Amino acid sequence: MPRPELQAPPEIFYNESEARKYTTSSRIIEIQAKISERAYELLALPDDGVPRFLLDIGCGSGLSGEIISEKGHHWIGLDVSPSMLDVALEREVDGDVMLADMGQGLALKPGSIDGAISISAVQWLCYADKSAHQPRLRLKAFFATLYRCLARGARAVLQIYAENIHQHEMIMSYAMRSGFAGGMVVDWPHSSKARKAYLVLTCGSTSFISSLPKAKGVDGETCSDGDDSEDEKNHTVCMSERNRARKKMKITKNVKGKEWVLKKKQQMRNRECSVPPDTKYTARKRKSRF
Amino acid sequence: MRLLTHNMLSCNIKGVTNGYPLTIEASKWMAKEVDFNGDFLRNIFVKIEWKVLIEAAKVMGYTDLPVEVDSSMLNSDEFLQKFHHALLEIHVEEGALICPETGRKFPVHKGIPNMLLNEDEV
Ligand SMILES: C[S@@+](CC[C@H](N)C(=O)[O-])C[C@H]1O[C@@H](n2cnc3c(N)ncnc32)[C@H](O)[C@@H]1O
Repeated sequence: MPRPELQAPPEIFYNESEARKYTTSSRIIEIQAKISERAYELLALPDDGVPRFLLDIGCGSGLSGEIISEKGHHWIGLDVSPSMLDVALEREVDGDVMLADMGQGLALKPGSIDGAISISAVQWLCYADKSAHQPRLRLKAFFATLYRCLARGARAVLQIYAENIHQHEMIMSYAMRSGFAGGMVVDWPHSSKARKAYLVLTCGSTSFISSLPKAKGVDGETCSDGDDSEDEKNHTVCMSERNRARKKMKITKNVKGKEWVLKKKQQMRNRECSVPPDTKYTARKRKSRF
Repeated sequence: MRLLTHNMLSCNIKGVTNGYPLTIEASKWMAKEVDFNGDFLRNIFVKIEWKVLIEAAKVMGYTDLPVEVDSSMLNSDEFLQKFHHALLEIHVEEGALICPETGRKFPVHKGIPNMLLNEDEV
């Protein structure tokens, strides 16, 4: 199968059946969640428990956004595929989503965002899907407006599936030209399957390049292309260990149950407010925050 | 779409210099319960255009926000509750966002604003 980016424009490729996979395929869900966790980690938000206002670029069905919600933050997401956003609605994601094309620039006011993530989306800008599309202009519009809408000192972490080194360089160079400092963090660089590249950018801090976060699976954990499966396993172990550590720290707090939510919603209805219908997603269990 | 999102959105049609704030036209809206977090509100307060939030809330019939605000009010629970409700709980479901300079309408359907530009607007 050729790369998705070569098959059709994103709003066509991510049609109903492709979007459906983002709620039904446990494999896709797991992979996207893992990448999102790592991107969130690389954002390195201050560890003060204060919820921030984050942006998810190419949010799709909201898998990546849900990781942000789990951490207790608010977010908005944008995506160019209506089908993906429909699935996000269906899943009742906590963030707001909008239909927008990042290549047209982000319609956000300056300094409004505390941090941005993008999972498996930005490489789409390297392809001219319409005759009017010029990848370079689209990259330029995207990075210039991303820079502008981020608060000073904020980071953007973009996980990118570039087709080749040329695309990597093109994306990097437009990021740098827009004023960002930062660089690429490549986890599991020696494995063709587990390899993940994150462009870690910061707004208004030049001393950052020297302190670029360390990639995973670089030294000591090398593996040949031949044992991808082993590598994936290593990676999994890594992740679950981290999660376990976090679980231990979890403070058990009083969680309000479905009953409480249903009662509250009824109260709102009685007050003549319109309230979303009760569905199986209402007050579903979510992972702990912080 | 919450009023928090509206407060951050501006029109980015090529050549538009005054694309903020977008005027809200709403034919349907709703309130959804959101966990209260005072720290979030205290942190985001400086980024909120207060006048824009007041006007937006009014469109949805919510008029409890004080006209004059300063950061000392962030210690008042009563104020924070109102701020919380206006910012995070009121959702525009159906309607449009209108660019103040060009009058271009961005439709809002099922709570999702469509901010896609036509090719001649890029
Ligand atoms: C692989 S999916 C990932 C979705 C989501 N971030 C996740 O982790 O589940 C890539 C998404 O990028 C979106 N996308 C591609 N090009 C885009 C563009 N120019 N503007 C906005 N979104 C775009 C696609 O519609 C698709 O939903």
